[in-house]
Amino acid sequence: MSGQGRGIDGARERRVRSDGIELCVVELGDAADPTVVLVHGYPDSKEVWYDVARRLRDRFHVVLYDVRGHGGSTAPVPLRGGFTLEKLTDDFLAVADAVSPDAPVHLVGHDWGSVQGWEFVTVPRTEGRVASFTSVSGPSLDHFGHWIKDRMARPTPRRVAQLLGQGARSWYVGALHVPALPEAAWRGPLGKRWPRMLERAERLPSGGHPAGSLADDAAHGAWLYRDNVRARLRHPRTDAYAHVPVQLVTPTGDAFLSERLYDDLGRWAPRLVRRTLAAKHWVPRTRPDQMASWIAEFVTAQETARQSGAPARPPAGTGPYARHFGGRLVLVTGAASGIGRATAFAFAEAGARVVAVDRDAAGAARTAELARLTGAQEAWAECCDVSDEQAMEKLAAKVAAEYGVVDVLVNNAGIGLGGTFMDTTAEEWRAVLDVNLWGVIHGCRAFGRQMAERGQGGHIVNTASAAAFQPSKSLTAYSTSKAAVLMLTECLRAELAGKGIGVSAICPGIVNTGIVAATRFAGLSEEEQRRHREKVGRAYARRNYPPEKVAESVLRAVIHDRAVLPVAPEAHVLRFVSRFAPRLGRAIARIDPPL
Amino acid sequence: MAGRFDEELRGFREVQRLAYACTEAVAAQLRPGVTERAAARMQREWLRERGVQDWFHLPFAWFGDRTAFAGFRVPLQFFPTGRRLEPGMPFILDLAPVHRGFTADVGYAGCLGPSPLHERMVADLGAHRDLVLREVRERRPLREIYEDVDRLMVRQGYANRHRAYPFGVIAHKVGRVRERPWAPRLFGFGVQSLKGLAADALHGHREGWSPLWSPYRFSDHPPRPGLWAVEPHLGFRGTGVKFEELLVVTDSRDPQESAFWLDDDLPHVRRRQEERAVA
Repeated sequence: MSGQGRGIDGARERRVRSDGIELCVVELGDAADPTVVLVHGYPDSKEVWYDVARRLRDRFHVVLYDVRGHGGSTAPVPLRGGFTLEKLTDDFLAVADAVSPDAPVHLVGHDWGSVQGWEFVTVPRTEGRVASFTSVSGPSLDHFGHWIKDRMARPTPRRVAQLLGQGARSWYVGALHVPALPEAAWRGPLGKRWPRMLERAERLPSGGHPAGSLADDAAHGAWLYRDNVRARLRHPRTDAYAHVPVQLVTPTGDAFLSERLYDDLGRWAPRLVRRTLAAKHWVPRTRPDQMASWIAEFVTAQETARQSGAPARPPAGTGPYARHFGGRLVLVTGAASGIGRATAFAFAEAGARVVAVDRDAAGAARTAELARLTGAQEAWAECCDVSDEQAMEKLAAKVAAEYGVVDVLVNNAGIGLGGTFMDTTAEEWRAVLDVNLWGVIHGCRAFGRQMAERGQGGHIVNTASAAAFQPSKSLTAYSTSKAAVLMLTECLRAELAGKGIGVSAICPGIVNTGIVAATRFAGLSEEEQRRHREKVGRAYARRNYPPEKVAESVLRAVIHDRAVLPVAPEAHVLRFVSRFAPRLGRAIARIDPPL
Repeated sequence: MAGRFDEELRGFREVQRLAYACTEAVAAQLRPGVTERAAARMQREWLRERGVQDWFHLPFAWFGDRTAFAGFRVPLQFFPTGRRLEPGMPFILDLAPVHRGFTADVGYAGCLGPSPLHERMVADLGAHRDLVLREVRERRPLREIYEDVDRLMVRQGYANRHRAYPFGVIAHKVGRVRERPWAPRLFGFGVQSLKGLAADALHGHREGWSPLWSPYRFSDHPPRPGLWAVEPHLGFRGTGVKFEELLVVTDSRDPQESAFWLDDDLPHVRRRQEERAVA
């Protein structure tokens, strides 16, 4: 055995006896703080939680233990029948009593740790010993059993598709039921290759984990499946209601579990908080920052409520996007007006922490103020000109130091410039490229680099325009800048894909914002400029496409990791034209605007 | 002449106070579960008991995101629905009674339970009351004032929701209505009042003005003397806030006399004064 207690400073290791088994338990942090018990999955050992534990140890009494038969814990003899959920519950209670005899513990489980966790929080004998449960990638077998039964009983096409989808993901469960073969594979070639396979398929950071005990852990752990899965799926308990508040973390890219599994969960866990994360199965290792912050927030809320006797404050954020963006750090440039402001509000409503950046300090402050009133956990205003490289670098350093690494970056700041190529001066070209293109480049360089270095995913959204794919003789400079943004987005998307960072371009059509009021029309006198602005402004007002709809598209682009997202019907039409009828697009480009 | 003018204003002021008293009385009775229809009925009955027989328009009540006219496409959607009030929901009561021939048209925005966002919006709406009065006194074309209100709303971070009203009006003229024993209505609007509005529209069409204060070209004229029911309406993500009260416009050359709010002793004005006193 190797790995227990190793790789983490100040860890206190102890052995806890339960039912003839010796469990290897590691404690971190002050035992007077609320206790958080982290339970690992299959094929893992407690080391899988180390990155998260390190981030929690300052605020909580963090306890990790190796499940029986794994890591530093001993295995039952015989193995068959030694891994039933009842026995695992005994282990958990033994650990909880040893590490926190007086207060209930906050339970966090990943994979099989979460499967066990569901058992712990739904059986009556643990009542009063568990204060909350955070479940990551591991459904209750009983709920799963009911989920299958419901779908078999009324097999609509959609439900059949859900069954087949989960069935395809669960192939390995069947494989693990084959006698002896899995053990041989784990102790042979699979055990050797597993770390490399994980690194490649799951994009796990290399080194440190899985522990050296992997082959034995995995061989023993096969009995987790053999002892429980068939029995529970065939005869799921009908009383598997959670008696504690539950936080469910669902990674959207999980290769083993469908998101649909949790559709009916509200029925079983009345006090349920849902979180969704763009990640693969091993969230504790790939997204430790986000996991630690969600656990901390949830545990703190439950702890405060438990001590004051009042119901727990629901997490920040309302609406359908709260589960995706609650507590995440979002930075929006050009946030003092129009699409940027609406985007900041949309993220705020979803409970994000919002940084509103604009060169108009008063406007940005106003956005931050309203964002807080809208539901943002926190919101700040920062005054910065996106075209100023040094200012952006400074801002990035400040944001990283004070608020953390940005999870979602929205490069939205832009200015308009109308006029033909011949009318546009070099000065005007520079102005529009400085903001529209260089602003995006500076944003991606400063904040994108931080995201990539952190290595825990993220998303960048660049605001392009329908003008990026529709040429026009009277919008030369603007269209050029936006087309560049579109291509930059596509290239960066390819570059950052390997790091789990999505990059999207939003291409709105005519949106009713203040951009026209700030637009210059090249080659016109001041008086004509004013007239043009009024006229175009009124046309935009008549079109009356609200920036709120664009903002919602930004959120959708992040959730679904869309590469290019046209917004408003005209943008869809123009994109279609540019792809399938480019000659028509060129003909449109020659039309004189009706001014 | 001046005496009759003052007397008329007193008549309008009385009915406006009555209307606002109605909104406050009904707002105080609103509880979770009350429907928009019930709230509208409460207003109607409260005023009927106090002698109101005719209406410029029947009382409206909007709850929740209907205060911001979310998803409104056809005018029928303005009419009260079965939407039930819930804790924390914003609401708006809008009513226009005719009493002894005088018309009032008032709007009252409230929220069931404390809401910092709602309070902020109500406070920000106050700036529009000042803006409208200032620019009307400057005799700016109504269409430009409309656009300035729009710009201020955008700067504040809100959306203009009065654009959703018929013709996108921020205000409309009201006047005396002949008292008749029988007061028929058309789509919730009093026929007598509609007749008055139509007569104004006809005159205005000949003389180059309109009784509807809209963003369109027909409002590109200086403020016309008379009584205007001004109703700026802010919207912000499912929360709407408005006030509506009468603005008196005269042909006096003295700026103070040329335009003034009919009454400064109204709930939203008092609330603002109290906030200022606290600040």
